[in-house]
Amino acid sequence: MDSTSKNFKANSRRALDDSTLQRALGNIKTGFQEKRRQVTSELPEFEALRDQGRDIKNHVLANLDFYLERFEEKVVENGGVVHWCRTPEEARKTILDIAKTRNAQTVTKGKSMVAEEIGLNDYLEENGIEPVETDLGEYIIQLRHEPPSHIIAPAIHVTREQIAEDFRKHHTDLDPERRLETPQDFTDEARAKLRDRYFAADVGVTGANFLIAETGSTVIVTNEGNGDMTQLLGKCHVVIASLEKIVPTLEDASTILRLLARSATGQEMSVYTTFSTGPRRAKDLDGPEEFHVVLLDNGRSAMLGTEFQDMLRCIRCAACMNHCPVYAAVGGHAYGWVYPGPMGAVLTPSLIGVEEAGHLPNASTFCGRCESVCPMRIPLPKMMRHYRTREFERDLGSPRVKSALKLWAGLATRPKLYRFATGIVMRVLGALGGKAGKFKSLPLAGGWTKVRDMPAPQGKTFHQLYAEKKRVA
Amino acid sequence: MSSARDQILGSIRKSLGREALAGEDAAKLHEKLARPPRNLIPDRTDLDHDGQVGLFKDKLVAAACSVSEVSGMDQVPKALSEWLGRENLAARVIQSPALAADLDWSDTPTLEVKTGMSDGTDETSITPIFAGVAETGTLMLQSDASLPTSLNFLPENHVVIVRENQIVGPLEDAWARLRTARAAESGETMPRTVNLITGPSRTGDIEQKIQMGAHGPRRLHVILVRD
Ligand code: SF4
Repeated sequence: MDSTSKNFKANSRRALDDSTLQRALGNIKTGFQEKRRQVTSELPEFEALRDQGRDIKNHVLANLDFYLERFEEKVVENGGVVHWCRTPEEARKTILDIAKTRNAQTVTKGKSMVAEEIGLNDYLEENGIEPVETDLGEYIIQLRHEPPSHIIAPAIHVTREQIAEDFRKHHTDLDPERRLETPQDFTDEARAKLRDRYFAADVGVTGANFLIAETGSTVIVTNEGNGDMTQLLGKCHVVIASLEKIVPTLEDASTILRLLARSATGQEMSVYTTFSTGPRRAKDLDGPEEFHVVLLDNGRSAMLGTEFQDMLRCIRCAACMNHCPVYAAVGGHAYGWVYPGPMGAVLTPSLIGVEEAGHLPNASTFCGRCESVCPMRIPLPKMMRHYRTREFERDLGSPRVKSALKLWAGLATRPKLYRFATGIVMRVLGALGGKAGKFKSLPLAGGWTKVRDMPAPQGKTFHQLYAEKKRVA
Repeated sequence: MSSARDQILGSIRKSLGREALAGEDAAKLHEKLARPPRNLIPDRTDLDHDGQVGLFKDKLVAAACSVSEVSGMDQVPKALSEWLGRENLAARVIQSPALAADLDWSDTPTLEVKTGMSDGTDETSITPIFAGVAETGTLMLQSDASLPTSLNFLPENHVVIVRENQIVGPLEDAWARLRTARAAESGETMPRTVNLITGPSRTGDIEQKIQMGAHGPRRLHVILVRD
């Protein structure tokens, strides 16, 4: 997927002014936050389990090569194939080749963030194959030609009025006067629409929450059952997963499962946790004839051993964004790429580069809530600070600029001072920038604005806009 | 030129600052995989078997399942037929082939019974399970020549038969049983599919309101056989 992460500020401003979006985002607090609080309070061992989850993943990362090789061995023993892909291009091409070998017309898809990361849908379409998203949220945003705005609730930014409009526009064979009001109306309509697609699909693509080295199994965790139909009814099951999804044993997966659903949706277990091991067995009555695992690196192996290694413990539960005041104010699209919120602010620059996304780590109030809820105890604020330092250390020009930025970086890690100081700077810059809208030079960052125009601040910082919004809401 | 596989493994090793694991280091990991140690298991399942059965039932209800109890397998057809009536559902069911030998339907002549896998048109299926996990009210089902996975997902209503001795405390105990059962049978740990199912299908994708029956079954009914 192409990124617009560079435009975080402009994206944010637009999001803050979008009243429909603001209404949709209002559901996060009562939904995710309250449910997580409730369910974790019912498990006295939750904190100790977080320690164990962290330790399991640290152990995996320290022995990643060993576990990956063992996983492959087991997949092959069970009749499957593992495809190692260094880049998104390699992964897309591999999946296209599998689809072509089967003369596929359509590919059904369970929800997969890695598939978003490699831009699979657009690529399949360009090559004459129709991708069909089957997760309800993904289906909705596919109709709207939008990227997901949340890693577990991809259509969280869409209101039901908007969905009704999309369904009427696309499902033209149905009565235009039909009722589309309650969640059940939408769910039933999508259920009926997608039923036949599962059976017709030549290839079913799913992601994976875990890859199990002990058994060569891939695991998906869902609530709808769409991922299961995708992998069961397609003639060929393709799993796309990144390297760090490995866990050693079924016991280790069980420990992390105790953390995952509680942190994500506030359930003790998601409805469906499914372990797939190879293609259908000789006497099985159903199941896919082929089983492929596409393993994607895309920069992860290079993150090992760096200050960003801890990010590879992430299990994509979304607790960090569900509790992030910045995410709640601007939504996921402002972050400009696949992964939003605090985890995205750290992962995006690691995957697509500091050039593209190096200032996403500034999208933070450093309130620390993300780290306090992260089941894998990932020190998200600390890593955002690392990125600020890195951005600063990059060749940004003269020593003078460096020292000015150092001052700014120092301020930025002290929230109160930062708000105060940047408030002043922004007011000044707003006045200087005037109607032209763009700066050609910035008093503090000459070296930076030489290579790109900086959008003129509107006289208010992000924090001020955010505080005002909160008052009116 | 080396393959993508070698390059990725090479890059991992370079980042970790070491060669491929060998000797004792590798042996330790092989041992972990051969005899997986257990991690922390929550206390809540630390109960006698009756206590675990009680917890299992509570957790099923919390996950939005319904439960009825019978005293033997011979009572199952009647219990199913009554439940269909209560829910106002058609008197038709598809059973997994694995149940064909265990269930005698002759006392429920008005019930239409098919055996096999689902083609997507069946309203109600009935299947056995492999284990019931009391910890979270989770059902463990496996695929097999007589256990098609499609019955767990395609019908609108899924009815499962749980025998009391299939109920275990934590998830780890269900894995232990699966390993033992499969070692005796085929040697491989895992069948093609293991489903852990906790309640009926649902989605929160429309404005975060929970709606049942997204793609999978809308209703999940458990017939608990206390024999
Ligand atoms: S960073 Fe932590 S809280 Fe955020 S998605 Fe990853 S595991 Fe969940």
